[in-house]
Amino acid sequence: MKDSSPLKTIGRVAASIGKQYGIYLVLLTLVLFFSIASENFFVSSNLLNVARQVSMMGIAAVGFAFVLLLGGIDLSIGSLVSLVNIVTAWLMVNAGWNPVLAVLVALALSAAVGFSNGWIIANLQMPPIIVTLAMMIIIEGVAYLICKGLPIFGFPKSFAVIGQGYVGPVPIPVIIMAVIMGLGMFILRSTYFGRYFYAVGGNEEAAELSGIDVKRVKYLVYSLSGFFAGIAGIVILSRTNSGQVLSGKGLEFDVLTACVLGGVSVSGGVGKISNVLAGILVLGVLSNGLVLLDVSQFVQMVIKGSVLLTAVALDCLQHRKKT
Amino acid sequence: MPLLQLKNITKRYPGVVALNHVNLDVEKGEVHALVGENGAGKSTLIKVCTGAVVPAEGQIVIGGQEFAALTPRLSVQMGIAVIYQEFNLVDGLSVAENIFLGRAIRKGIVIDRKAMANQAAEIFRQLEIDIDPNELVANLTVGYQQLVEIAKAVSQNAQILIMDEPSAPLTQAEAESLYAMVEKLKASGVTIIYISHRMKEVFRLSDRITVMRDGQIIETMNAADTNLDDLVKLMVGRELTETYPIRKDCVSDEVLLEVENLSGNGVHDINLQIRKGEVLGLAGLIGAGRTELAELLFGVKPRTGGRVVLNGKELHPRLPKEAIDCGIALVPEDRKRQGVLLDVDIKGNISMAILERISRFFTVNKKEEKRIAEHYKESIRIKTPTLEQKVKNLSGGNQQKVIIAKWLASEPTLVIFDEPTRGIDVGAKSEIYALVNRLVESGKAVLMISSEMEELIGMSDRVLVLRDGRIVGELERKEFNQETIMGLAAQG
Repeated sequence: MKDSSPLKTIGRVAASIGKQYGIYLVLLTLVLFFSIASENFFVSSNLLNVARQVSMMGIAAVGFAFVLLLGGIDLSIGSLVSLVNIVTAWLMVNAGWNPVLAVLVALALSAAVGFSNGWIIANLQMPPIIVTLAMMIIIEGVAYLICKGLPIFGFPKSFAVIGQGYVGPVPIPVIIMAVIMGLGMFILRSTYFGRYFYAVGGNEEAAELSGIDVKRVKYLVYSLSGFFAGIAGIVILSRTNSGQVLSGKGLEFDVLTACVLGGVSVSGGVGKISNVLAGILVLGVLSNGLVLLDVSQFVQMVIKGSVLLTAVALDCLQHRKKT
Repeated sequence: MPLLQLKNITKRYPGVVALNHVNLDVEKGEVHALVGENGAGKSTLIKVCTGAVVPAEGQIVIGGQEFAALTPRLSVQMGIAVIYQEFNLVDGLSVAENIFLGRAIRKGIVIDRKAMANQAAEIFRQLEIDIDPNELVANLTVGYQQLVEIAKAVSQNAQILIMDEPSAPLTQAEAESLYAMVEKLKASGVTIIYISHRMKEVFRLSDRITVMRDGQIIETMNAADTNLDDLVKLMVGRELTETYPIRKDCVSDEVLLEVENLSGNGVHDINLQIRKGEVLGLAGLIGAGRTELAELLFGVKPRTGGRVVLNGKELHPRLPKEAIDCGIALVPEDRKRQGVLLDVDIKGNISMAILERISRFFTVNKKEEKRIAEHYKESIRIKTPTLEQKVKNLSGGNQQKVIIAKWLASEPTLVIFDEPTRGIDVGAKSEIYALVNRLVESGKAVLMISSEMEELIGMSDRVLVLRDGRIVGELERKEFNQETIMGLAAQG
């Protein structure tokens, strides 16, 4: 039976356009809407502000997208941002370490936490959502233990450059985000690791039978997720100039929303970094615009949650055939 | 008037006629055995009876009532029950709860456990089964779980009990009590359709035997009027219609793979040799351990003992990666699940096993990748306008060629093919046969697992027959034919 109803045909065409360019249309619509609704939105200082606001999310999203490609999830990145934040601050202030050394140690720590996630998931065959949820709680507790719930401040002046500096008109966090996203794209497109991420996420059994060491791929991906979250943690620390336990709170959900908005499938194997950037900008524009329009923080929460739900629903509809 | 009649039932799947004008009469109170090779159409026939499959043509007549098709619900109402190899029991519930699953006895809104246990105990008493109705199903052995399934069917007043390879998962002693149960059920008037590969039990239990082949009923006869040899002939008796590309004799004296006493993963004490330039066929029924043996050689599953020597080097792969590095390739049984990456393009699929080799500083040499993919696309004729095509858009035959291309690119010395032509069209089949010939002619060796007897006979230099995880026979080219192979595979 052929379905020739014009409505359905239009629907199908719209769906195929939406699948490829939907996120850009959404971004464009939002930008147009806020430009009209608020005169303060489409000015260069505000746009650069949006870019800087989303840069932490963008940095963490690269590793998170890798994890999603693999068919996993990493809920621990928000807490990890907080932990790195606190550890770096503590090392610089309480232990008097050189900032460079403190940053390097904190980054190594974040990669190690990610590696632990990967090791547990690969070897104990536990669901990633549970492993990383437990890890999230553990490291949040550790962060509290280190700082005893109090903010840590009084860093060397030079440290502020990372989060607050500019190159020309461009904030340094934005540059860091650009570099890391570029690196993410390079890994996915050009290295064999990137191919392995898609392979393992798309069909783990076939990947293993093709000679891919699936466990090692999992170690790598979760380590990278931790590492990039660590970088985001350093940038946030430098920008706020004070180490705070709540600095990364909820970041994992924003990043998840951005990735899924950007077309990374929660069932693994499908996704691109360039579209993730668009997803991040949608979230950034949305929260910036809503603030400019004086929408309350609680309404914003409702909107963000709804966006996540809608994005995942669309993803599931698209990939339903697969399962 | 027969209790169950299938009249002229036809069921087609894309590219294959699973049931071709099937007529079957099952008399009340008989044990009717259904035999045939893998893929003869027995499973589809069962599915028609349970309402899982809607036939394209024909009628089903049960106790005088005529249906064009059944639904699962209707099938149960008409008194049909099936005991599958895989049980439909809930591990975490008690035996009694399983028997009354979905129709629990209740007092108001509360489940009446006591009444259920009593009724279950009563059924067990009738069937002379010794099981505590309050025991958890998870604590029962496979044999007892099967008895619970049977009791469940009896409690639903099943008139026609279909048993699909019921003895396959059982030990010898458990099988004996199964046979006793079948006889008891028969004595109480239940009609049984018994599907089995084991000819001994077929002769022991059945009143009549129906042979299926290629989706057709070949013959129904009284068990007393036939014997094992005749039955095997009927099961395999198809003409060798397909022609196989001729290959010059290229078997060398040099042994490539030597396997000694290999055990694990359900196979035991496997000893075999493959010479360079040889196609060694591996025959056996489903569950005989052929794929399991391939998994051991390829490092998918761990072995418990034995030695494998490839090209003079002892080899102990713990991962497929290590087997591949030693020069082994495996074209797996389930193309979509184990072979291809559906969302990845052809090029990416072909290069999957050699990516690290064509990379420098982790970066894939895309020119080299393209060149290799192009080369194999041409040489094994993958039909596609572009190498950037996603594999999910290809036909089954072309997908299989992509998998073979992946392995040829890894330049193996031994290629294991597991059901290499399952579900692909005739044209692609003969191309794959030609490829196998090219492999052995260039001095490589092939281990070919196949359930298609013709293919094994047409392609192999030698055939090993497996049964219950052991090698039960080795046949040289001049000795093997459909009867000798099937005879070895189905005995016991």
